[in-house]
Amino acid sequence: MLNYTLRRLLFAIPTLIVISFIIFAILALAPSDPTGNLPLTIPAEVREKIRIALGLGEPLPIRYLKWLQQFFINEPLHAIEQMFGFSFGGGEARTRVVSFATRGPVMDTIMERMPQTLWVVGLSYVVGILIAVPIGVISAYKQYSWFDQVGTFVSMVGFSVPTFFTGPLLIVIFSVQLGWFPSVYDTTLEVNSLGTFWQQIKQMIMPVTVLAFYNAAQISRFMRASMLDNLSQDYVRTARAKGMSEKVVILTHVLRNSLIPVVTVIALGIPTIFSGAIITEQIFRVNGLGQLLIIGIQGADIPMVQTLTFMFAVLIVLFNLIADIVYGLLDPRIRYD
Amino acid sequence: MTDQAVSTADTTKLGAQRTLWGDVWRQFVQHKGGVAGTIVFMTIVLVVVFGPFIHTVDPQFLDIRNKNLGPTFAHPMGTDNLGRDMFAQILAGGRITLAVGILAMGLSLVLGTLVGVVAGFFKKLDGILMRTTDLFLALPLLPLLLVIIMLFRDPLRQAFGPEMGIFMLIVFVIGITSWMNTARIVRGEVLALKEREFVLAARSIGTKSWTTIWRHIFPNVLSPVMVSATLGIANAIITESALSFLGLGFPSDFPTWGRLLFDGTSFMTVTPIRVVWPGVMISLVVLSINYIGDGVRDALDPRIRGR
Amino acid sequence: MRKLKTLVLATAAASCFAATAAQAERGSAGQLNIVYWQAASILNPFLSGGTKDIDASSLILEPLANYRPDGSMDPTLAEEIPTVENGGVAADLRSITWKLKKGVTWSDGSAFTANDVVFSANYCMHPEGGCNAASNFADVESVEALDDHTVRVNFSVAKPFPYGPFVGATSPVIQEAQFKDCMGAKAPECSEANFGPIGTGPFKVNEFRANDVITYTANENYRDPNQPAFATAVFKGGGDAASAARSVLETGEFDYAWNLQVEPEILSQMEAAGKGKVVSAFGTSVERLMVQLTNPDPALGDLRGTVEGGPHPFLSDINVRKALSLAIDRQILVDAGYGPAGQVTCNVLPAPAIYASTANDACKTQDIDAANKLLDDAGWAKGGDGIRAKDGVRLSILYQTSTNSVRQGTQALIKQMWSQIGVETELRNIDAAVFFGGDQSSPDTFQKFFADIEMYTNNFDGTDPEAYMGNWVCSEIPSPANQWIGNNMPRFCSEEYDALSKEMAQTASLEDRAAMAKKMNDMLMQEYVMIPLIHRGRVSAHSNKLGNVELNPWDSELAYAEEWTR
Repeated sequence: MLNYTLRRLLFAIPTLIVISFIIFAILALAPSDPTGNLPLTIPAEVREKIRIALGLGEPLPIRYLKWLQQFFINEPLHAIEQMFGFSFGGGEARTRVVSFATRGPVMDTIMERMPQTLWVVGLSYVVGILIAVPIGVISAYKQYSWFDQVGTFVSMVGFSVPTFFTGPLLIVIFSVQLGWFPSVYDTTLEVNSLGTFWQQIKQMIMPVTVLAFYNAAQISRFMRASMLDNLSQDYVRTARAKGMSEKVVILTHVLRNSLIPVVTVIALGIPTIFSGAIITEQIFRVNGLGQLLIIGIQGADIPMVQTLTFMFAVLIVLFNLIADIVYGLLDPRIRYD
Repeated sequence: MTDQAVSTADTTKLGAQRTLWGDVWRQFVQHKGGVAGTIVFMTIVLVVVFGPFIHTVDPQFLDIRNKNLGPTFAHPMGTDNLGRDMFAQILAGGRITLAVGILAMGLSLVLGTLVGVVAGFFKKLDGILMRTTDLFLALPLLPLLLVIIMLFRDPLRQAFGPEMGIFMLIVFVIGITSWMNTARIVRGEVLALKEREFVLAARSIGTKSWTTIWRHIFPNVLSPVMVSATLGIANAIITESALSFLGLGFPSDFPTWGRLLFDGTSFMTVTPIRVVWPGVMISLVVLSINYIGDGVRDALDPRIRGR
Repeated sequence: MRKLKTLVLATAAASCFAATAAQAERGSAGQLNIVYWQAASILNPFLSGGTKDIDASSLILEPLANYRPDGSMDPTLAEEIPTVENGGVAADLRSITWKLKKGVTWSDGSAFTANDVVFSANYCMHPEGGCNAASNFADVESVEALDDHTVRVNFSVAKPFPYGPFVGATSPVIQEAQFKDCMGAKAPECSEANFGPIGTGPFKVNEFRANDVITYTANENYRDPNQPAFATAVFKGGGDAASAARSVLETGEFDYAWNLQVEPEILSQMEAAGKGKVVSAFGTSVERLMVQLTNPDPALGDLRGTVEGGPHPFLSDINVRKALSLAIDRQILVDAGYGPAGQVTCNVLPAPAIYASTANDACKTQDIDAANKLLDDAGWAKGGDGIRAKDGVRLSILYQTSTNSVRQGTQALIKQMWSQIGVETELRNIDAAVFFGGDQSSPDTFQKFFADIEMYTNNFDGTDPEAYMGNWVCSEIPSPANQWIGNNMPRFCSEEYDALSKEMAQTASLEDRAAMAKKMNDMLMQEYVMIPLIHRGRVSAHSNKLGNVELNPWDSELAYAEEWTR
């Protein structure tokens, strides 16, 4: 297994380089333009100068290599300097990845966004899993019971009705009509007392609910389907015949064997936490990584989108590797070597 | 439900001519949820196909003086903010939504299952296929779509006309960008399945790989595939509405359920009923597909069927 | 009775707000909450032309003069507005001399001098800087400090309207001490300065989070000791226009929301909640249809949409263009999509009042019959499918615009109006970043205009239309030769128009300039190369608790925020 992991990690490097180039090519080819959202009162000649000042006048391979250098050499060096407070020298000449829109280092903005994204999107994912797994297990164990029927109905409606509808709906009910929760997320809130903690909870409830509902709907369906497949297997009958308690049979044997598709779904889902929840973040003005990404895309902010997407790609590769390792732990018969 | 299935299976005469698919069909029609799902789904299909011949209001006709109406006799579902008849829009939108949803979901399912099964079963192909999957998962969707529109919209429009060309493009785009989850899930299942005794047994008596896949592996990955199908159709309907914002979708006066839902959301407090219709229709389709999927899965499961 | 009395008193108090404002103490009104549905990315207006960024920075940085909500110029850092009469503008119109207010300090306490003004000009005019306000400095030869409080701007040509540099929030004065190492190519490296400029305005930056939120505190060195009334301010960005309106009008979480282009019935319903009001004010923005006069047929290959590709198969016929305009009921478009934020207009130059022509007002009423007759007479006969055709050319229009729900509504309405005169329309909407982006490889930009009709809004900065009317001279026609850079989307070309445009650039008298601008406007209108639809106002919302606020359509909406009270 260790051997396999190391091999996969080594293989991940060329994979990621190829992915980064393809992403860069797509972004460069895309017809959107960083000056596209400026007012029309700015004449075309000025726009052309702005584009050149942004470095868009250079050919694609040069721009790509520059990004590679900035991201893989300059950024880590800068991070180390910041962390340990010494200088490698030549810091003046080392440019970091700089956004077209803010003209500031992309990494600083990303770091600024991490807290709200992890709080809201990350928490909603955890909540979603915590709801989904028990619902999936019970639904399967008591297939076609009223619990299962209600669970199916709610999760299917939950998945069919997208967040762009549930978000505003919650705002109209809970912010406008009832006035319980704020409709705008305050990213500058510092949690340092019980009062501010309560404020933080209040502003997180709606976005977390919307997202958790959506995630739970998906995961619980896979959990249920997989449990159903396993419940009718011979080994379940054997375990029961051996006199094992129902709890042990379900939670130790069936659940463990049913987790493979669920692990896959969760491993696919965790990277998306870091890409944020674009629509939900927009609706509640959480302004996390998802909102950063969509603003970057709309404004053709290539360095920003490239960096975010690439970090996302790293997480995808990493978590898919983790999923493969977990498969082996769940089912020791799975061999990769 | 299960008890009932057992009793009917018992009454089937063993001596009669039985085929696999005949059994599956008999089992399926015993599945209440499956039958109900099929009926609802077929009804929706019939209504959107034949409805416009009965409710003959032009979905694109703007009657600005009758805007933002609730349900009335002339407009059973009310009108939108430009005075278009909602019922006519739901009917017209249904045709295109169902066509896009089912075809795109089908494309993504076939692609995903194929990649997943092949990657899981053939160790040599696993690396390359899964890294391709990683690549597709990582691609930034919106810029990719912009590139696709730029490159393919005009050629397709010329080759197949504005509507057919866009239709094909949308189905292709949704299919090609949504197969990865299915592929990953199926592969995970196949990795475990191919080490099971029955597959080893099949292999040891010299069954060809593709036969093994088709007869032994595929039926066993069906349940996650069915779940993917249900989630996939909801996903395709919503994605279609997102595409029209980029100008990749159908022209703005071409209603689809996803668009109607999105446009209706802004008017949630003015005419609440307006946003309910497309929401209900999408949910009904997804629910009915889900129950059909349950029925098919149960019908194909020999352990349930045989009992 | 008692209630009535209070009401009268309240109205009286509101009407003499100027007096109350003067009495209010700095910082007495607490926090000012502003929501923009586009988040600010940077606080250096020279590096971003985005309205959100300019407005956010206008709380900190000030120009020499601002435009008041009524369109008049008002000195901000200058003593007075220089004119030819008071000797501030040279008689040959080639220089303008600004006298600066004395005793103004930056928020760090240092003195504001003429050197800062000179520096700001050099910063923006640096060839490698990519300055967004470069057009404000067009034809500027040099800017020099005559003494600590006098600045002269020299132009290379006679400038009848010399108020480009340092007037309006797009070209403010930045501090030399802070930005002196940030010239040209180094500009982007100074994130600290770009995110927290030191200014002379009522507020200073407390914390800046790019693309998210800005918190400000009152500038204790601000020149008026009683202003601003607010101790702190928050500028929150993100989301969409409808929810921004909701947070002011329905939940009351914010005091001011910007640019609420939302369907009017939604806004009026939110307003009914009673927490705030929707305000609109009219500048120069006109939503218009551009008519493609050249042939956009893809079969032409590289000649597509160029003058060399030949005239348009049917839009080159003026009768068709006129009929298209006649068939539109503009009032319906206003009612459906704009409400109080729109007015019917028949001019591409609708304001200021002295430039507004009345010669074309007939377009305000729809006349389907006249349009049909015009087409009949011109030989466009209806075919079996109800679509008119002549010599095998069908009146089938591809009509494109950017993605925006109000615009798509307008498109649908116009399509139906045109169907009544036997014209077939195919609608297309394009992502705004692509449509307005100048990407050479994309066929969907508004400059390439590979369609028959396109719709968007344009306007001009400030109050002088010279540059704006210059958009439709022959040399502005976009083509592959000029990388499709050019503003003459209809590809209109007239010697008479070009001559007028040249003449206007050399005329100083305001009356003569107005007459010329009107004449140019009328030429464009009567040729029907542009079909104006709606004079669009800015529309914003503010809380009922906010006092002394007036929506400014000519400058940054926040340019006079120091006068706001609660």
